Amino acid sequence: MPAQGVVRRGALLTNSGFRGGVHPHDRKAATRNASVTRAPVPATLVIPMSQHLGAPCQPTVSKGDRVVRGQVIGTVEAMISAPVHSPVAGEVLAIRPQIVASGQRVMAVEITCDPEQDFSAFESVDTGQSVKDVVRSAGIVGLGGAAFPTSVKLSPPKDMPIHTVILNGCECEPFLTCDHRLMLEAPARVIAGASIIRDAVGASRAVVGVEDNKPDAVTALREAAGDNVEVLALKTRYPQGAEKQLIYAVLGTEVPHGKLPAAAGALVQNVGTAAAVADAVEAGKPLIERIVTVTGNVARPGNYLTLLGTSFEALIAHAGGFVGDVGRVIAGGPMTGMGVSDLSLPVVKGTSGVVVLDASETAPAVYGDQACIRCGRCTDACPMGLRPFSLGIYANRSDWKRTEQLNAMDCIECGCCSYVCPTRRPLVQLIRRAKSAQMARGA
Amino acid sequence: MSSLLESTPPVERIDMPRTTIAASPHIVASEDCTRIMLWVVAALAPTALWAAYNMGWIAVILLVSCIASAVGTEFGLNYLAKKPQTIGDGSALVTGLLLALSLPPRTPWWMAAVGGFTAIALAKMIFGGLGWNLFNPALVGRAIIVMSWAGVLSSQSVPGGWYRGINVAGTGTLDAISGATRLAIAAADRTASGAYGFDLSSQYVPLLFRNLEGSLGEVSGALLIAGGVFLILKGIIDWRIPAGYIGTVALMSWAFGSDPVFNVLAGGVLLGAFFMATDYVTSPMTRAGRLIFGIGCGVFNVTTRFFGPMPETTTFAILFMNGLSPLIDRAFVPRTFGWVKRNG
Repeated sequence: MPAQGVVRRGALLTNSGFRGGVHPHDRKAATRNASVTRAPVPATLVIPMSQHLGAPCQPTVSKGDRVVRGQVIGTVEAMISAPVHSPVAGEVLAIRPQIVASGQRVMAVEITCDPEQDFSAFESVDTGQSVKDVVRSAGIVGLGGAAFPTSVKLSPPKDMPIHTVILNGCECEPFLTCDHRLMLEAPARVIAGASIIRDAVGASRAVVGVEDNKPDAVTALREAAGDNVEVLALKTRYPQGAEKQLIYAVLGTEVPHGKLPAAAGALVQNVGTAAAVADAVEAGKPLIERIVTVTGNVARPGNYLTLLGTSFEALIAHAGGFVGDVGRVIAGGPMTGMGVSDLSLPVVKGTSGVVVLDASETAPAVYGDQACIRCGRCTDACPMGLRPFSLGIYANRSDWKRTEQLNAMDCIECGCCSYVCPTRRPLVQLIRRAKSAQMARGA
Repeated sequence: MSSLLESTPPVERIDMPRTTIAASPHIVASEDCTRIMLWVVAALAPTALWAAYNMGWIAVILLVSCIASAVGTEFGLNYLAKKPQTIGDGSALVTGLLLALSLPPRTPWWMAAVGGFTAIALAKMIFGGLGWNLFNPALVGRAIIVMSWAGVLSSQSVPGGWYRGINVAGTGTLDAISGATRLAIAAADRTASGAYGFDLSSQYVPLLFRNLEGSLGEVSGALLIAGGVFLILKGIIDWRIPAGYIGTVALMSWAFGSDPVFNVLAGGVLLGAFFMATDYVTSPMTRAGRLIFGIGCGVFNVTTRFFGPMPETTTFAILFMNGLSPLIDRAFVPRTFGWVKRNG
């Protein structure tokens, strides 16, 4: 049963979902109607060996090697990992460290792309592998941003059966429209992925949750889904697409503290991930490209199908370069993405967008020391029912005992508290500090 | 896509612009502290202007005196303490404005200035400035004036301003009511004979639209309600505090056999419920806590109004509940998502 009242909003019956959250201006108008087009093949690609949560891959190619499109160029035995493939035919130019959006240096394979590329379909070979193994060898990870290896999610604990697979089509981050365009232009691939994942984990239900600001996507998915997969309109409210909030909106069940979604019988995948699973299982295609929304202060905002390893610089150049007074360049959305300082960063599996903020809309980089005025907005906005103002005060005093009592570990780092704070206190960053300090204490 | 954009030549090399970098989120809501305070000023401005129009220069002098003393005190104390200047956050402006609106027009300007100084210096800055104070500064300022010059606030002749001598509908002649507010007369009548000397419902219209008794802020209940509703709709204040407060005042007045509408409109209840009890710093942080806080203000206000020596007790009702709000916050802790199993 849905968690709360289902109300009619416009043409859709909408599920109102979780408590709290914020409603930033969505800023999606610039790219909402921009069809997905292919970004050009750059001269070179830089492909990091760690584009996922978990163990980094080891390169399986050497300098000077010829590679073909879809060839594995990095892999590792560890359970929580995903192999990396070459998105192009070309030659390995170097194996060298590369800075990624998180600021870390990771080993990367640099490939010179052949001038002529064959983008024809992959050959689907039935190897008799399980879906989980196909997904693993296709290098699929969560495309919503967290980049958790999908094959691991497809093997839930034995004692926690999954009854519902939920596809996350909320795209609640402002600016981003890559999922919206995917749902609109390729709904059949999303639905196919939903069915494949549902059957692979033995669930009985598959539901796609879409925020009701995308009624066209809801209609397109429903037409593609028939009776096979449910499509649910959810209230447009950030962070509707956060895993626990989405499960609550769809099932009316809270994932218990410290437990996996499987404890609530649910498995959540991003719609882009589902489409990638369908591509891998039905068409034998590894994860070598993704849709990236390039928007904000660029001349030609759009949704570009981008080869992994394409530099931010090449992508922004394709979008016509910067315009106006640039305040910050972000990998991902403005609520949870990473600010970048170097345009040589490559697009990786988790890069949903390159958002260029105007200086006038950019949050301050250096926060003042204005005191909390106890307005309570952060408490009202917190989708986890925490008291960020209190956590902030105790984190500032390094009082980790108190932050633990206030359930700092339950923070999902959605950023709602920092977003609403009228005295601009860096609340979510203070809570991140508390979380890492508590983990260090516990270890 | 416009043709202008498509004619932009392809770009070869792009340099990283000079930008700042910081942790997410990278955007913030447009409403900051200063803007919130200015919305509150905007919500109170019609009341202040209507008071000045009807009461004349004495009201203007009072407004200027309170605001100047409040803002000046904050500026001066920051200067003396060599601390960053904070008058830009707008809170001292709001404190001065609220203090002026809580005073009757014939309050001497220097007395008002003492109130403004006390409000900022003793109720706010001494605790560490905005955010750290336990009690609402404007109310502390008013309380100091009430305590120090007890008679001044309760027995004032009604000013006429530019409209001097014009009869206010339903209030009889101006001479007849000088010396005490309707609220005080009602209270005195009730104490003496157990009944009212006049029909309370005849006061609704003047109290709502043009009332020259009492404080500046009491000039028009309708303007205060409009300002309060505006702030609720803007999401700046939580409806639970004024609803709890006003609802309780009405209900308890009715239960004590008095006219609930008169008791809501007369005196400082509306100004207090919409603009003073809702002060962020001194009210609870959670929704449930705010409702309890509002109800508590109402209970205290009505019981002291009916059974105490003073007719006007809004100040002390809210100050009392200010003192309780940290305890209310302790009692109403929101449940963390996922900590209690629901629906299996």
